[in-house]
Amino acid sequence: MRAFQALVIVAVLSGAATLAAGVTAMRPVLGIVLPYLALAVFLAGMVARVVWWARSPVPFKITTVCGQQRSLPFLRRQPLESPFTGWQVVGRMALEILLFRSLFRNTRTELTPRKNLAYQPDKLLWAGALAFHWSFLVIILRHLRLFLEPVPRMVGILESVDGFFQLAVPTFLLTDAVIVAALLYLLARRLFNARVRYVSLAADYLALFLLLGIAGTGIAMRYFWKVDLVSVKELALGLVTLRPVLPEGVGAIFFVHLFLVSVLFAYFPFSKLVHMGGVFLSPTRNMANDNRARRHVNPWNHPVPVHTYEEWEEEFHDKLVACGLPLDKE
Amino acid sequence: MYDAGKILAGLVIFLLLVTTPVWWSFAMGAEVRAPKLVLPEGRRACVLPTGEMKATHMELLNRWRDLAVRHGDRVMTTWDGRKVRRSLTQSCLGCHTDKDKFCDRCHDYVAVTPYCWDCHVAPRGGAS
Repeated sequence: MRAFQALVIVAVLSGAATLAAGVTAMRPVLGIVLPYLALAVFLAGMVARVVWWARSPVPFKITTVCGQQRSLPFLRRQPLESPFTGWQVVGRMALEILLFRSLFRNTRTELTPRKNLAYQPDKLLWAGALAFHWSFLVIILRHLRLFLEPVPRMVGILESVDGFFQLAVPTFLLTDAVIVAALLYLLARRLFNARVRYVSLAADYLALFLLLGIAGTGIAMRYFWKVDLVSVKELALGLVTLRPVLPEGVGAIFFVHLFLVSVLFAYFPFSKLVHMGGVFLSPTRNMANDNRARRHVNPWNHPVPVHTYEEWEEEFHDKLVACGLPLDKE
Repeated sequence: MYDAGKILAGLVIFLLLVTTPVWWSFAMGAEVRAPKLVLPEGRRACVLPTGEMKATHMELLNRWRDLAVRHGDRVMTTWDGRKVRRSLTQSCLGCHTDKDKFCDRCHDYVAVTPYCWDCHVAPRGGAS
């Protein structure tokens, strides 16, 4: 049911864009006004969210670790599992952001036929997530050919690697297939795994359907209902050089694609997709496990008058000396 | 705010990355203008109507290659009834004599690198 709600939302959005693209007066809205609005909402929303997170108090250092922390010299420590310095945190975060290391440890809990509870590694979600995110990144970078003039050589190299097999004309791009397969897997996982379905909200499906819609229209434009690429680049360059133009003869499907992308951008800061920025601010990951070496002051602490050992020694200095007790200061 | 410096630096990097297309053309000092093609004089029609050629010429050429090279079927009838030899270097470049001023202009603009010229020799620009 919740999946159905999300599907209806995406279908209505696509249908509305299709209808609007047929009306000449609506094209400037779809092609110029909405993309600008969406980008403004995206940038302002992301900055606001990150600043909001950054302003929250940090009462404790709650690094989650799964390895030996820095300790006695003869104990072999694991800097990536239990980082102590800033650079070790950077290494750990890089593995997390680029390779989803914590998801790699994902386990599946299941009752065996004999009703024993069994935990087993589940790498499929990790593989699906990695396939989706990386192909999405490659696709975004490939799109730079429509936004940059001159086109940097790296974009061309990326596309030629992506189209390595030189299958079909226009060249079949691997990431197109991978992203659709990965999205369908992530969707199937929510639909057919009863426990995952139970915790899935309409918003979870909405992101998947929206991304499928964007990938679908993009692929359709490349292979089936072709649009005039030169006009598309004119439009894209007009947007980014702040001199918007609306060339004639761009197919309706392009406007559907652009509209769904605008929706994604505008929806981004308000949805779970904001984990793009949030992953950098995960408190259990981005703090060094140095509680024993550096004191972390809880900002919520009530101010308590303390009398440190140094002050105490200072206060009773003469009496301690008179008793012949050893002093720290000397 | 904890680690304010690092977070603000991260935000600035994020904004710079997202707005790459905005500052790129200024930074590269490039002139942003749609490509102008040099069309053959005195001819009004290609083998398909212009709109179709724009959209599907790559598929047409691919089909031509299969038909000519694999099946020996070298003559096509155009939409306006002419007979044309299925040949990139003879028919296409026969009219569009200058690859640099026709093919490459759009291909460079949208960063497409067709592999026609892996095998075919491009005629020197300007020779008619």
